[in-house]
Amino acid sequence: MNNSDKLTRRSLLLRALGAAGAVFLAGCERLSHTEWFPKILAAGEKASESVHHLIARKAMAQEFTPADLSPSFRSNGTAEPNNPVYAELAANGFGAYKLAVDGKVDKPAMFTMTELRALPERTQITRHDCVEGWSAIGKWKGVKLSAILDAVKPQPSARYVVFHCADPMEDDGTKPYYESIDMDDAYHAQTILAYELNDQPLPAANGAPIRLRVERQLGYKHAKYIMRIELVDSFAPIAGGKGGYWEDEGYEWYAGI
Amino acid sequence: MTQPGSAGAGTSSELYYRHTLPVRIMHWINVVCVAVLFMSGLNIFNAHPALNWGKSSYTGTEPVLEIGARMAGARVIGVTRVAGHEFETTGGLGAFYNDAGEAESRAFPSWLTVPSTQWLAMARRWHFFFAWLFLINGVAYVAYSLFSRHLGRDLAPTRQDWRSIGRSFIDHLRFKHPTGEEAKRYNVLQRLAYLAVIFVLLPLVILMGMAMSPWLDGVLPGWIDIVGGRQSARTIHFIAAWLLVAFVLIHVLEVIVSGLWNHLRSMITGRYRITVEAGHEQQR
Repeated sequence: MNNSDKLTRRSLLLRALGAAGAVFLAGCERLSHTEWFPKILAAGEKASESVHHLIARKAMAQEFTPADLSPSFRSNGTAEPNNPVYAELAANGFGAYKLAVDGKVDKPAMFTMTELRALPERTQITRHDCVEGWSAIGKWKGVKLSAILDAVKPQPSARYVVFHCADPMEDDGTKPYYESIDMDDAYHAQTILAYELNDQPLPAANGAPIRLRVERQLGYKHAKYIMRIELVDSFAPIAGGKGGYWEDEGYEWYAGI
Repeated sequence: MTQPGSAGAGTSSELYYRHTLPVRIMHWINVVCVAVLFMSGLNIFNAHPALNWGKSSYTGTEPVLEIGARMAGARVIGVTRVAGHEFETTGGLGAFYNDAGEAESRAFPSWLTVPSTQWLAMARRWHFFFAWLFLINGVAYVAYSLFSRHLGRDLAPTRQDWRSIGRSFIDHLRFKHPTGEEAKRYNVLQRLAYLAVIFVLLPLVILMGMAMSPWLDGVLPGWIDIVGGRQSARTIHFIAAWLLVAFVLIHVLEVIVSGLWNHLRSMITGRYRITVEAGHEQQR
């Protein structure tokens, strides 16, 4: 074998490698668009969920000091809900706002802001991690979700807490944002409905009058502009059936990773 | 050397059983995992194409690395900012033009990402599925290597290896590779490179990936502050991934220059051909 043979073999190889790469990429592309393959891939995130719950079901999220606070807390998603009902409530400083809590509970109830502020509260400086990759640290004060649940008495069949929000995700005012968490997260000590951010009333851009903080999950779980809380045994009948606006768009319901 | 396969007067060759079946299987699983993890990782990066140092992204300091696009006159250009220095990277990073002359703004090009379009939810599915496969494969490999003594016999440098490190370095620079009996064993730089990847780089990239999970951060609150916080972990994850790619490129280059088909065969069938010159044989 002489040198020119070697060279031809080498250029042949490079071409073969290039072709293999192209086939690989086209394969990945095609698989992403099938019905069945993403379901197999989802097993990865399901495995993470199982292992995470096994090793740290009730662990607390890290809390920070005022020195760690981000200079300003980034607003993401909706900054001002395109919803006349919400606009009117906001115009009156949420004086007429009432949070409805219903579904699989023994004592459905409505809470005014004054009533919510009278319930047991918690203040925490935590990090908000967006699914995109960025993080911001803010100080949140809010009513413990467990206190609200204690007041409405969930029925044994209640498995998820669903948050119905005021912000429509379509320009024509449809597809209101919604999210859901399980009962473990609902009763977690750091799970609060925040009405203050950095010692100020929660700004509209961050979800006024109340938003969820569910600290060990990604930002899209932290529903803003909450109007109604519904306890359900299954979220399959709601909207796209995946338990949340972004979940219906293909993101995982478990957002701890 | 009385094996069949004599390669002419004065030399003989043998097919030496170099890679065991488990190693070969785990090697090719790794190839697929590293390719998918790297490319889906770049798609995930594209969703927020900036790297920060610290506990959050908004600490008042500039990102370490930022890839984006901006207008320069009437034209969209790709810009990459590294530690405060801005470079125009149109066509490479940040902004791309298609054949119709339309600009697309994205950090890494579509031919480097899985999926090729900007699709964060799908990229995460690919990434986390293959992360599990990669982790399980890696743990199986380390367990196998300990159990089969592959680690102690083939990877741990011997005292003689340490002494030959300077010569091995020069040999590598001159693309001079061991032949004969010497080619049966990994050279010292090869051993050190494999050990560094297996026991430093891979655990680091996996751990920094886990550090980005808000749930896992709660297992031992504050553990990620060891590296400076979640955004530092994200930056280290990114750098470690590129170091792995650098390792793969050097690895493939070495394979090509030291006998591609021989190496490929040995990683498929296990058999590696060794040519021994009669003169040399007696010295061993």
